Amino acid sequence: MSVLSVNNLSVVKRDRLLFSKVKFNVVAGSLTYLRGVNGAGKTSMLRVLAGLVEPESGEVLFQGEKIQDCRNDYALSLVYFGHKLGVNQTLTAVENILFWCDLHQVIATTEQVYKILAQLSLVGLEDIPVANLSAGQQRRVALARFWFKKNAKLWILDEPFTALDVQGIALLNQQIKTFLEKGGAVVMTSHQSLQIEYPTTEVTLEYNI
Amino acid sequence: MQALVSLLKRDLSLAYRQRAELMQPLLFFVLVISLFPLGVGPEPKTLQLIGPGVIWVAAILSSLLGLERLFRDDFSDGSLEQLILSGTSLSGASLVKVFAHWVTSIFPLIILSPLLALFLHLTEPMYWALLKTLLLGTPLLSLIGAIAVGLTVGLNKGGMLLALLLLPVFVPLLIFATSAVEAASMGLQYNAQLAIIGAMLLFSLALAPFAIAYALRVSQN
Repeated sequence: MSVLSVNNLSVVKRDRLLFSKVKFNVVAGSLTYLRGVNGAGKTSMLRVLAGLVEPESGEVLFQGEKIQDCRNDYALSLVYFGHKLGVNQTLTAVENILFWCDLHQVIATTEQVYKILAQLSLVGLEDIPVANLSAGQQRRVALARFWFKKNAKLWILDEPFTALDVQGIALLNQQIKTFLEKGGAVVMTSHQSLQIEYPTTEVTLEYNI
Repeated sequence: MQALVSLLKRDLSLAYRQRAELMQPLLFFVLVISLFPLGVGPEPKTLQLIGPGVIWVAAILSSLLGLERLFRDDFSDGSLEQLILSGTSLSGASLVKVFAHWVTSIFPLIILSPLLALFLHLTEPMYWALLKTLLLGTPLLSLIGAIAVGLTVGLNKGGMLLALLLLPVFVPLLIFATSAVEAASMGLQYNAQLAIIGAMLLFSLALAPFAIAYALRVSQN
C-alpha cells in the first residue's frame, strides 16, 4: 500500500527551481533513500514531504489524500527529524522528551523515558539542561522520539547520522530496520553510505542551475 | 488539550529558568520612568500631565523589547517545526504561548505600576484608570505583537522591522489609554475609552490566534 505518493512535484527556493516534476511512491515497509549533491534540494524535498513548506506545483498524497487536507491524520502518523533537532536547550532531556510526547499525543511515563535514554547511552545526563550535552548527545535526545511514537507509519529523516558516533549510528540503523520490518515507511537522506541491510529505493535529485 | 496544558507548563518553566532575560524589559521600563521626574523636574502638575503618556510609551517600548523572545528560541532550535507537525491546533498553541508570555513578561510591569505612579505623582483616580487601561491594553500588545513576531521570526535581524510594523498599530491604543487617564484626572467618566480598548482586545483575541498560526506556517518557507 502506498503511504506517500509524490506527483509532479516542483519546488522553488529563493527564485531558484530546485527540481521539477519529481514523481515517486513510498510504499509501506520500504526505505526510500534520497540522494543528491549539496544544494540539490534534498532538505527542501523532505520539508515539502513533511508538509512544512508548500510546493510550487504538484502534490504530496498521504494514503491517497492531499497532506494539506488531512493534517491531523498525517501528523499522527509522521515522525519528522530535521536539521534542527527540536530540542530546547534550557530544558532537560527528560522534560524535552515528555513534552514532545504530550504534543504528539503519545503516552509516555518518566520511567519509560529513563529506560530509553539508558538505551541511548545517556545515563546520568537525564536531568541536566540539554545545552550542557555534546552535539552527538543532543542528537540522541532528539532521536528518542523514534522509540516512542509507536503508531507512526512514516519516518522522515534528514541527515540523521551527523555528529553520531559508530555505536549511535548502529543503534539508529537497528531502530530503522525494526520499524521497516514492522511495515513502516522511511524516507531519508544521508551523505554516509547506508549500512542498513534492507532493500532501498533510491531517488536522485540533480543539481539545477 | 493535554498538549496545550503541557505547552503552557513548559513555557512557564522556561520563563522561570530564563528570568535574567525577562528582567531586561522590566528594568528598561522602570529606568525610563524613573528618569522622567529627574529630567522634567519634580513639579507635580507637569508630571501628572505627562505621567500617563510616559507610562504607556514605556510599556509599549519595553513590550517590544521582550516580544521577540516569544518564538525566537522555538524557531531556531526546531521546536516550532515539531509543534507545527504535531497535529496540535497551532492557533490554540499560539494563544497559549501569547498568554504565557503576557503572564511572565508583561504582568510584572503591571505589578510594578503603583510604584511608578508614585514617581509621576499620579492621583488615586488616575492610577485606577491607568491600571484598568494596562490590564485591558497590554494583552492586546502581546496578541498583535505575536503576529508580527511570527512574520519576522525567520529573518535574522527582524528587531527594527518589528518595531516599524507594530508602532503604528499601537498608536490608537496609546491614544485611548492616555485619554482615559486624562479623563480620570479631571474626575470625568472614562468608560467609553475602556470600552473601545476592550472591544479591540476581544476582536484581536478572536482573530489574532489564527493570524499568528498562519504567520508561523509561512515562516517555515
